[in-house]
Parts: sequence; structure tokens; C-alpha cells
Amino acid sequence: MTRLDFPEDIFLLEEFQDEEFDSRYPCITICGGTGCRVNGSEGVAEAFRNELKEKGLQANVNFELKVTGCHGFCEQGPLVVIRPQRIMYTQVSVKDVPEIVGKTIIEGQIVDRLLYRNPQSNEKIEHEYEVPFYKFQHRVVLDLNGLIDPLEIDEYISAGGYEAVEKVLTEMTTSQVIDTLMESGLRGRGGAGFPTAVKWGLCQKQPGDKKYIICNADEGDPGAYMDRSIMEGNPHRVLEGMIIGAYAIGAQKGYVYIRNEYPLAVKHLRQAIEQAEEYGYLGKNILNSGFDLTVSIKLGSGAFVCGEETALIASIEGRIGEPRPRPPYPAESGLWGKPTNINNVKTWACVPIIINRGAEWFASVGTQSSKGTMIFSLVGNVCNTGLVEVPMGISLRELIFEIGGGIPNNKAFKAAQIGGPSGGCIPAEHLDVKIDYESLKSLGAIMGSGGLVIADEDVCMVDFARYFMAFTQQESCGKCVPCRVGTYAMLKTLEDICDGRGKPGDIEYLIELGEEIKKSSLCGLGQTAPNPILSTIQYFRDEYEAHIFKKTCPAKVCKGLITYSVDQEKCTGCMVCARNCAAEAINGEKNKPHIINPELCTRCGMCASVCKFEAILVT
Amino acid sequence: MHDNVIEIGQFLDRESEGEGSLITALENIQSRFHYLPPEALIMASEKLGVPLSQAYAVATFYQAFSLKPRGRHSVCVCMGTACHVRGSAHVLNRLETELGVKSGETTRDRFFSLNTVNCLGACALGPIILADNEYSGHMTPQKADMLIRRIQRNEERKL
Repeated sequence: MTRLDFPEDIFLLEEFQDEEFDSRYPCITICGGTGCRVNGSEGVAEAFRNELKEKGLQANVNFELKVTGCHGFCEQGPLVVIRPQRIMYTQVSVKDVPEIVGKTIIEGQIVDRLLYRNPQSNEKIEHEYEVPFYKFQHRVVLDLNGLIDPLEIDEYISAGGYEAVEKVLTEMTTSQVIDTLMESGLRGRGGAGFPTAVKWGLCQKQPGDKKYIICNADEGDPGAYMDRSIMEGNPHRVLEGMIIGAYAIGAQKGYVYIRNEYPLAVKHLRQAIEQAEEYGYLGKNILNSGFDLTVSIKLGSGAFVCGEETALIASIEGRIGEPRPRPPYPAESGLWGKPTNINNVKTWACVPIIINRGAEWFASVGTQSSKGTMIFSLVGNVCNTGLVEVPMGISLRELIFEIGGGIPNNKAFKAAQIGGPSGGCIPAEHLDVKIDYESLKSLGAIMGSGGLVIADEDVCMVDFARYFMAFTQQESCGKCVPCRVGTYAMLKTLEDICDGRGKPGDIEYLIELGEEIKKSSLCGLGQTAPNPILSTIQYFRDEYEAHIFKKTCPAKVCKGLITYSVDQEKCTGCMVCARNCAAEAINGEKNKPHIINPELCTRCGMCASVCKFEAILVT
Repeated sequence: MHDNVIEIGQFLDRESEGEGSLITALENIQSRFHYLPPEALIMASEKLGVPLSQAYAVATFYQAFSLKPRGRHSVCVCMGTACHVRGSAHVLNRLETELGVKSGETTRDRFFSLNTVNCLGACALGPIILADNEYSGHMTPQKADMLIRRIQRNEERKL
């Protein structure tokens, strides 16, 4: 493929490909996201290739086969969707492939047993768009994820890709681009929700001809993985957003700072950059407009604090990821002292959509103050786990119970943890809250990067708070005292409470300390670190009190407060627990009820997980 | 050791951005040797023109780097929030008991290194273990045991 120098070349290419893309024959799309790969989708794709060949079918004559990005419904993977009808098969294994090829591709019939079964109504659902998980979503950023092969730039182009870049470079001034973003109401998707156009405008106005843009793909928030899925499934859209941003701001160099732990995303992004360079969307004199941009990848080395913009810049510069006080903001003095604009993956990915579909359209989705859609990773104790994209303003209840299908194993909903280690827990009484930046803040949570972890009745909220504090304490860079010492003091108190050493006054101490850390820490990490603790105290104070005053853990989680024993009635003496106990704390003869020695028991829970007779009691 | 020095030199020669290349260079060396030998820090400091103290600071600040040699097989338990609420602590606990080391340590025979990671981004399949670049989802203490045995058996077969 040769370089495209003029916009007319793209039109030719698009027309040519639009025809090719029009599917008159079945197109088999196999999810190739990390989740489905774990479940074996690569083997399934290989099996399809072999089976189709064996049946004498020809690619692009009788069928098309694509390994796409993440479809989102990771729980049911590997997912296979047959287009154009969008027949969805779940949990497909290699041995199912001959049947799918024979029945669906050749005969046009449906393989009933591989269809998704709605757990509530028990009915089987044929088409992807009828599955509740997808039905209530509004996929704007993730729209192409299940449709195109992320390793082929032509597929992105044939789906309308790079049209926005072309429009911006040939028809719009830099100020017009920023004005369009302003009208759209786009706010930063990295968590804080700062208006993107304001950030860009600030950077654009800075003097000097050397400026930088950075894509923050250091998705360190545990429980969130939408940035990974976007980069794996549609890396070109992120690049397209970056090209537009660089043009608007006047930057010639861009960096994508991406987590080391996402090898597949790195691979796809690397290939996307190469292809964009080859086509002339990156490099010198892009589309003959006189505008230059190169983009490089920088791998993060596993430090949560590097998601903070000044720490991220320090890391690209080759130093440890310590934040510095702002102002000056990166827009004034960022990477190597030059004006720098940093946005999250999702923010960049929204930009081409706004240019293509118009600011007005984007602003029509969502609420008064929060525009567009938001992607959540709905995970934890919920039936349909996966990535969901919904308009801002949807209620938490709809998200969890309609899209998510509720809580598995007939357990009760306890809390939704939103916004990761900087966020808070929302209890059942606030399930009807509308999800937007302001409403969540008023409940003590934050939008954050969109991690939404559902906790059922078996999750201990004190242990949950301790978990988050252990995380932020470990990830605190150590530069400022409130965060370094404060999070440690909070963690020790929480550990004491979980281990049964809680004292009266501990709760008040945690609140006081938490408020101080929020006020006095240098960066966002410390300023938000107490949120999970403060919000769990606010809504689940009774659990804290049970740990401190009654020395019990109501959810039966905290090891210092529980004991394991054997139900002498239910135990059949099968000896499975005794064989699996690493601490050798279980004694008993075959066919006679066993006994657990509390002195030796490490409360690892192994016996309960292997017992088939529910004979292990936790009290 | 001499070969290592040559190889480390080659990694460093590829970098051109001075200080800005420090982390990239150390990442490449870490992925080749599974740890950063002392020579790596000294040579990186000399060739990239950064103080040795900065190279050491970087090597100890970021989780991806290790100054101690790692075991032949790496077992990494995801401790992300989604994995946590589904019981990853039990899985880690079991592995610590089974291997006789704590997270972050290597068994005495240098066979296994046990580590934790904050999130692997495969939350829907939690609890997750990443063993030698292979993901295993929906882990339980029992399945974790089986995973360890499988790695041991595969190694024995090779011998």
C-alpha cells in the first residue's frame, strides 16, 4: 500500500472497501480480547480456519473470518458472532466448530445448544442485540470493537475511520476544533472530569513551537479494563483522536504511556502506529497539510501513581514516578518543560466521534452536566460481568440489574464500589442514583475511570476498606508526608479492627485522619485515598462497630474473628477436607465426622471450598 | 558473566534518548534476565549519562524490576478488586503455604517465584493467575494446586 497524500485518495480507497465490507456472505467474528483468549478463543479461530478449508469454502467468496477486539461479554467467552444476522454463540470450544460450520454457515440453521440462555427467564436468545447485556447498552466508543480486525487499518478506514482527521486537516482551523469540543461538553474520562476543550485551549495558547501530547493508558485502577479493550479492539481510533488533538494544540510529538501488564494492547497499538505511518496519517506533512506528528509508545513499569499526570511525565523523562505540585500545570510546563496535553484513552477515542457525528449529537446523549457515554467494567459479584457502555445518567439499578442481570447464587446486593481505590461504596438505598460526575460525588464516590465492582452479602466492608487502603498505602510514592505516613496509620488501624484488636474511638480516628489526608496530600492519589474508608464508614458503620465492640465479622471474612468447624451431622467422613488441608489441622477416621483443630487452622478456606456436603461451618 | 555484560551493552546501545531511555532500557534488560544484575545499573548509569543513584531509584521504585534473580517459573496472582471479592486472597494463601514462600519471594530451589499484581485487566474471569505468561481464570485454592503440579510435571518430563 502506498502513502496517501491527498484526501481524494482516501475517498477512492473507501469506495473500494465499502463494497468489500458489504457482507453478502456470512462473516464469522471471533472475540480475540484478553478475556476470551484466556478461555481459548485463539484455538477456536484456528479450528474455524481448518474446518472451513476442509469443507472447501473460500475466504471472501463463501464467508469471511475475523478475530476482533473485545465484545465485552467476557463472562460468556469465547464468543462467536455470525453476521449479518448477528447470531451469538457463547462458550464456544474447538469441538463445537464443525457443527457451527456445517449447520450455520452452510445450512443457515442455528445451533441451539450454543445460544445464550437468559438466567432469569431461562429462554434461549438467538441474536446478540436481544441479549439483555447488550440490549440496554449504547455503544458509541466500543461500536467497532466486535466488528473489525484491529490489526488491519483498512478495516477501520472502511468503517469510516480517519474521516475525522481528514475533515479536521482540510476544513477546520485549530480553534474550530477546540470550539467543537467545547460545544460537545466532553469531559476527561480519566476520572476527574475536567472539560477537555478547556485543557486543550490552555495548551494551544502557550507560546513556543515544541509541544507534546500524551495518551494516558496507564490503567492502574484495579477492576477496570476498558482502556485495554479499546486499545486491543480499536487502536486506530485512539490514534485518530491523538492526531486531531495534536493538530488543535500544535504538538508534533505524541506518547502513549501504556501498562506493561497489557501485552496484547501494546502489540496492537504498535502495529496500528506502523500502519498509520505507512498510510501517511502519521509522519511528515500529513495529508499534505503541512502538519507533522510522530507517536511513540512508552511502557509503564507497574506504579499506580504514574496515572497521575505529573508523575507520568516524570516517568517518561526517565525518573521515578513522583508527582510535583501544580501549578504550573502540564499545559504550561509539562514533558521536558514544554507545554503538554494529557488525556485518557477514552477521551482521545471520543474525539473522532464528536468530529464525525457533530458536537450537537454528542451533547444530546447524557445529562445536563455529563455528556456522552461512559464505559464501565461491571465486575465482581454480578451475573453478567464484562464491559458495558451506557449513556451518562443511567441509574445504578438499571446498570446492575438489567444489564448485569443481578447478583449470582441468589445472594443479596450489598454495595457497588465505583471509581476504584479513589472511589467509594454505594449501598442498596442509593441504587437509584443517576450516574454522572456530580451525583456520584455527592454520595462520596467518584466516576473515576469506570471500574464498577459489585459486592454481595458475603463481602465484609471493613475488609474491603482495608483492601483498598493496603493498595493505596503500597502505591503511595512516599514523597509527601500526609500520604506516606497517613495511609500507613489508617491501614494499621484497619488491620487491627479486622484482626479483632479494634478499640473504641478507632472509627472517629479514621474519619479525622482521612479528612486530613484528603486536605493535605500533594496529588490525587493521597487526596482520594481515604474515600473507600470514609464511604464505608458512612454507609456500613454497623459492620465496623460489630468488629470493634462485638469482635465478630458479620460477613464471616476477617480471619482473626472467625473459626472453622465441622458440622457433625452433615459430615460423611469422606476425608477430602483432611487430604486438602495444607496445615494438617483436620483429623478424623474414614466415614466418621471430622474435627478441625483451631490451633493449627490457618483459616485458608480450602476445606470449605472442597467439601461437597456443606459440612464446614464458619462462625 | 562476561556474556551478560556484552548483552547489556547491546541493549543500552539501542537507546538514543539518554535519561528518557533509562526505563525502557531497564525494562528490556529485566525481560531478558528476569532481574537487573548489578552491572545493568552501573552500565546504564554510564552509558545514558544518569547518576547511579537515579538508576537505583528507578530500579527499586517500579514493581516490574527486581534486583534479585527470579525463579525459572513465575506464578503471579492478581489481587485486583474484582479478583479480591471473588476470593483471590484464599488462592494466594494456598500458594504461599504450598510453595513455602511469601509473595515476592523465590523458592530455595529457584523453581518458582511467587508474586502478586494489582490488576491484569481480565476482571470478568477472576480470580486470575498468570503463570509463565499464561492466564488461568476462575481460580480456586484447589485449581491453583493443580496448576503448580502441572508446571512441575511438565518440567520433569523435559528432564
